[in-house]
Amino acid sequence: MNTPPILTLRGLQVRFPAGADWLGRANEHVHALNGVDLDIRPGETLGVVGESGCGKTTLAMVLIGLIKPSSGTLERNGARGGSANMQIVFQDPQSSLDPRLPVWRVIAEPLHVQRRGLSRAELKRAAGAAASQVEIPPDYLGRYPHEFSGGQRQRIAIARALISEPDIILLDEPTSALDISVQAQILNLLNELQRRRGLTYILISHNVSVVRHMSDRVAVMYLGQIVELGTCEEVLQTPRHPYTRLLLESVPRLGVPVAFDAVSSSTELPSNRRLPAGCFFRDRCPLAREGCDRPQALLTAAGEHRVRCHVEAGQP
Amino acid sequence: MASLLSIQDLTLEFPIYRGSVRALNGVTLRVESREIVGIVGESGSGKSVTAMMVMRLLVEGSYRARGSVTLLGQDVLRASEAAMLELRGSQVAMIFQEPMTALNPTRKVGAQMVEVIRLHRGLSRARARTEAVALLRDMHVADPERILGNYPFELSGGMRQRVLLALAFSCQPKLLIADEPTTALDVTVQRQVLLLMREKAREKNAAILFITHDMAVVSQFCDRVYVMYAGGVVEDGPTAEVMANPRHPYTRGLLGALPDRTGSRGQLEAIQGSVPDLTRLPEGCAFAARCPLVREACRQRPPLVVTDPAGRHRAACWAVQEEVQAP
Repeated sequence: MNTPPILTLRGLQVRFPAGADWLGRANEHVHALNGVDLDIRPGETLGVVGESGCGKTTLAMVLIGLIKPSSGTLERNGARGGSANMQIVFQDPQSSLDPRLPVWRVIAEPLHVQRRGLSRAELKRAAGAAASQVEIPPDYLGRYPHEFSGGQRQRIAIARALISEPDIILLDEPTSALDISVQAQILNLLNELQRRRGLTYILISHNVSVVRHMSDRVAVMYLGQIVELGTCEEVLQTPRHPYTRLLLESVPRLGVPVAFDAVSSSTELPSNRRLPAGCFFRDRCPLAREGCDRPQALLTAAGEHRVRCHVEAGQP
Repeated sequence: MASLLSIQDLTLEFPIYRGSVRALNGVTLRVESREIVGIVGESGSGKSVTAMMVMRLLVEGSYRARGSVTLLGQDVLRASEAAMLELRGSQVAMIFQEPMTALNPTRKVGAQMVEVIRLHRGLSRARARTEAVALLRDMHVADPERILGNYPFELSGGMRQRVLLALAFSCQPKLLIADEPTTALDVTVQRQVLLLMREKAREKNAAILFITHDMAVVSQFCDRVYVMYAGGVVEDGPTAEVMANPRHPYTRGLLGALPDRTGSRGQLEAIQGSVPDLTRLPEGCAFAARCPLVREACRQRPPLVVTDPAGRHRAACWAVQEEVQAP
């Protein structure tokens, strides 16, 4: 891959103050992101998968600029010179659409904000064009968000993301609030839009099946770090990190019986207030051994496949 | 022997301004003892409200029900409140999706467990506490004493759900109703909770009525499954059989829409349209407007008909009926 990345993240850390002493100075922190390095390539779909508390959403907030990282850098190299224009689609369209605005205003709002001075008619026309791309009939545009079903609302959220012609769309759990049959419609639509417009997607999800279906590359997160990164096949067919393996084994699969083990294994995450000294997964890891008490780096296992585990990276 | 739970042609309506919401539209379902039965369906299909009716937990007077629900020999729709109290908790236990809302946030877990155990089994406070420790240990909780001293907000979601499972099994229930018990949990925790639930049920000879929207979970944990759509059962049968050989177009659609079955970026077979408005259900088949096999007969409601020689797999669809009855 010789194309320069559209977005470069280096050593991103985010911590939130948790406790305070008598002067109000923070004396304890929640460590949400603990050093994330990532290159996002133009036109790809990068899946970010992990469980609650792993930092997926904090990462999204940093990418979109709603949270300032405590340290580390985020560099945007847009295809049109300047910074890449990024938009986001949130999980719950019920709460991400303003209930008091008619749908055309909801959709046109990014344009309204970015290019002041557009006339009402121009905004309406642009909203109509964006709506037609997500198959919302133009005569529905005067309605309010509550008059639409969940799937249609998510289409409206996608139209709003499209209207400012972004290079990157950040999809934060875009289908978790939807039923399976509607999820399929939305995933089809997202794939179709990407083909037509050459969009770059960053897909954040806890749902391994959705990530597998949509992604070119996959990053697995655990406790604020990327523990495994590679192409979709590498990571999800031949996982190397013990956490990725545990995650994939746990995903319910149609017609595949479950092994009757793992009932008593620990499923509790270590505290993100006082981070473990060595490998973050050590307490739950079946491979834990000497050397795991040191901080782990993201090592190259093979080709592009990288894994944050000195045991697995060393294996052929 | 009579079924543990038998629901016959249950119809449920909630009156609203100028009309009514028809939440259930002729549901027939049974659970035999020691069986794990799944109800799978999307939002609004009526799966949760079915569970609520089994325990009669809906506010008295807020609904109109027809049909019958027989639970351990009791006619639930007509039983006295005292008789229902006798059933709830001791003979039939229930766990819900969000364990935080099922626990009192202002009291320690131990106090809440002791209260329930004493209420149902009349033990002394000290004996009840010992019992609570034993129950948690049964749930593979490493240090039960510490958990009992915690408030619910101090526990992880998985731990809270294990506390509720422990309580559910504290009284030797014959039936456990689990309404989306793992939907709020991460997959690694989900597997553990489901395995625990099944292990305990088998050990204590309890049946489970398992409500979920996740086809994969059903396929792994249930003996039999009922697929619900718009307040009615559209297909039922042994889980493996229904998953491998789905007959109803809706079940086929649901399975086809799962991303795991389609190759990367392939077009998913989405079911077109959306669920019908429950205040204005069509006369005939509720799925007709979205169905690829729709035909003239669909103006009438299709009954459940047997589709396999063993007579255990049934679907409610005129097209399937035609296919089955063709020589």
